[in-house]
Amino acid sequence: MLTLNNVGKTYPNGVRALEGATLAVAPGEIVVVVGGSGCGKSTLLRLVCGLDRPTHGAITLDGTPITAPHEKIGMVFQEPRLLPWLSVADNVGFGLTDRPREERHARVAMQLERVALHDKTAVWPRELSGGQAQRAALARALVTRPEVLLLDEPFSALDAFTRTDLQDHLLDLWADTRPTLLVVTHDVDEAVVLADRIAVMRPRPGRVFAEIEADLPRPRDRQSAAFDAVKRRVLNALDRSLNRTVKAHEDIRASQGAALWW
Amino acid sequence: MSVVHVTVTAERPVPTRESDRLARLTRLARLARPALGLLLPVGAAVLWEIAVHAGLSDGRLLPPPSRIFQEFADLYRTGELQRHVTATLLRMAVGFGLGTVAGTLLGAISGYSGLMRRLIDPTLQGLRAVPSIAWIPLFILWLGIFETSKVALIAVGVFFPVYLGVMAAILSVDRKIVEVGQVFRLSPLAMVRRILLPAVLPAYVVSLRAGLGLGWMFVIAAEFMGASEGLGYLLIDGQQLGKPAEIVAAILAFAVLGKITDAILAGAAAPFLRWEDVVTRQ
Repeated sequence: MLTLNNVGKTYPNGVRALEGATLAVAPGEIVVVVGGSGCGKSTLLRLVCGLDRPTHGAITLDGTPITAPHEKIGMVFQEPRLLPWLSVADNVGFGLTDRPREERHARVAMQLERVALHDKTAVWPRELSGGQAQRAALARALVTRPEVLLLDEPFSALDAFTRTDLQDHLLDLWADTRPTLLVVTHDVDEAVVLADRIAVMRPRPGRVFAEIEADLPRPRDRQSAAFDAVKRRVLNALDRSLNRTVKAHEDIRASQGAALWW
Repeated sequence: MSVVHVTVTAERPVPTRESDRLARLTRLARLARPALGLLLPVGAAVLWEIAVHAGLSDGRLLPPPSRIFQEFADLYRTGELQRHVTATLLRMAVGFGLGTVAGTLLGAISGYSGLMRRLIDPTLQGLRAVPSIAWIPLFILWLGIFETSKVALIAVGVFFPVYLGVMAAILSVDRKIVEVGQVFRLSPLAMVRRILLPAVLPAYVVSLRAGLGLGWMFVIAAEFMGASEGLGYLLIDGQQLGKPAEIVAAILAFAVLGKITDAILAGAAAPFLRWEDVVTRQ
């Protein structure tokens, strides 16, 4: 169980990037965080990842506070961030260097197979396309079998076709070991395709504004009416989140009730 | 060039006489490319040779190539050339080694730690502004007239570009890639070995080559201060005895040695930099 309890982050220059963010993510659950730019969603992910430390509140994974990068938490960034001096296989095996050689090779080979890059084992990252590079980054994060995988706008730099392809691919990979996924995106379609639950954030200061359940059957049909209905609810919440006159007590936290109301 | 190349690869499955001819041409072009750089110096030398032979100049102050080659041959026959080249190369090797080690260590320290940078960098930048020749009297007083002072001067010349290069390279390592190391919880030592070192390697090689170039400049300055052997000594000797051929021969020897050592350095680094995504590779 990943919990964020009243988490806030104020940067040294006084910018309140995040305030009072509370979120609980069950093991194996996929939670997608959406919000306009500057609403602190990337900050949120950096805090959970342990790259930054919250100035208020606490983040815990199964009761252990997260203040530094944790072995059970993996991260996929917006850019692939592959190390250009390592082959694709060595990049994927980057987090496994403490394992015996055979085990490392076997796991890297298996993971590369899963992301359909087994023919790219020995090439340099510069020879990969954008989608291939991001798949390699996904493989690098998954090969250590994290309990929680964080994805920070992982597909936003890709073209629309590659993006939908990778969304399906991610769900497929998720089904292997069912890690907890916490995904940040500004793409509402992506959110509805991936999420069990969607957290809508509001900017200045960033906070969780609404939570929307997306209990559609998987695999999800992007054309279905149910898909559209969830998407409309998210867009609606986003609209209201950007409206500065909405008061805090109107926040829709009780997602169960919200679902009934709709 | 690339257009021709593409045509050839495309036609490879069915070798025709036309494609054979094209392939031969591209191979010739590849061989001719380094030769292009020789065109200018060789052309100028030939012209000068002709001019002197035709009596347009007596070639006393600038001897024609034939006389310089003669000088080389004489120096080689008497063993003088080998003696001077060995002396210069040895000084260079020791000075370059010392300067590189010191520059790398201090550059790494002030690149890695902001506190150390604020502590030592201003002093080093101040010292860097001192012209090399200014050190000579002090080094002679401190270290004597023999090898030590010469090696020290070369080391000083090599030190600064290496120090600056390493420090700047470490400071400019992409935060995004460092964060990858942090997410995988690398220890400080592993972070240096697996992220920082490979990341700074291209810039490091450039700074080593810059250091080598400055080292070659400083070796002459060093050998001007009372050497009894070395290519710098040969220059002074040629000046004092009025032998321009000897001077030009020594200059040419410097050019050749400088180019060869630089090529060795670049060549030794190339296998470690194959991953680089640079324009020339396409």
